[in-house]
Amino acid sequence: MTETIILFLLALMILGSLIALESKDILSSVIAMGAVGFMLSAIFLILRAPDIAMVQVVIEILTLIILIRATISRDVHTVTDTRDFLPLALNMVLLFVFFIIAAEAIRNMPDFGTGLSKVAGHYLNRGLNDTGSANIVTSVILDYRAYDTLGEATVLFAALIGAITILRRKAKND
Amino acid sequence: MIYTLCMALFFIGLYGICCKKNLIKIVLGFIIMDYAVNLFIILIGYRKNGIAPILDKTMDVKKFALSSVDPMPQAMVLTAIVIGLAVTALLVALCVRIYERYGTFDITKIRKLRG
Repeated sequence: MTETIILFLLALMILGSLIALESKDILSSVIAMGAVGFMLSAIFLILRAPDIAMVQVVIEILTLIILIRATISRDVHTVTDTRDFLPLALNMVLLFVFFIIAAEAIRNMPDFGTGLSKVAGHYLNRGLNDTGSANIVTSVILDYRAYDTLGEATVLFAALIGAITILRRKAKND
Repeated sequence: MIYTLCMALFFIGLYGICCKKNLIKIVLGFIIMDYAVNLFIILIGYRKNGIAPILDKTMDVKKFALSSVDPMPQAMVLTAIVIGLAVTALLVALCVRIYERYGTFDITKIRKLRG
């Protein structure tokens, strides 16, 4: 039953992303993108990942705001057709090679719903005693792998500083 | 089957990056690839009929460890989603600047770059 719902939502996601990429109007493709993100959030909820579902909803709203801010009142002439023939053909060859490699990798995956990493048992058994957190995801990101979270914050602020620097009106003359 | 559909989603994003002319469409393709990879990692950590990795007061820890889904991919994806937002903001900022400079989102018309 769970699998059926996930398959249905995934098919809807694929449909939504195709609409987003092929739509003639930029604003409607951005809105289709938002639909895809909220469906992804629903899939996370079904897969028993409530933390991720909440974060995904917030992030999706922020992404929509950023994209709409960037595209609104700028869409004077829409660019619809794809690229020239030669680069397109090269890209298609690249996509095909990538497809073969990915299909081979998917064929060797363990079945859906069976694989758990070795370290997961350790975290689940001892997470409460080691860290005192009832939510094991929190204990992983804030205690066992806190350096990873620190690095993530570093990347986040570096990217935001980059965005602010690019968008600044004019350079300060010190 | 689910993995295959996830891969299809990834390829749609890759197609958008490779074959589209519009800069905003390329950014959308990047976001789709981001979603597909996050979803794939969460799918790997799923256990059939599992429960969320959150302990209850009445729950036994041993029984909980045998029935919960994998918390590791969830923690990794939580950070990856936030980084994805920051990278998207950076890309959109670049697109806005390019639009102000050249007046178009078409990548084949941006030909005035000098090294």
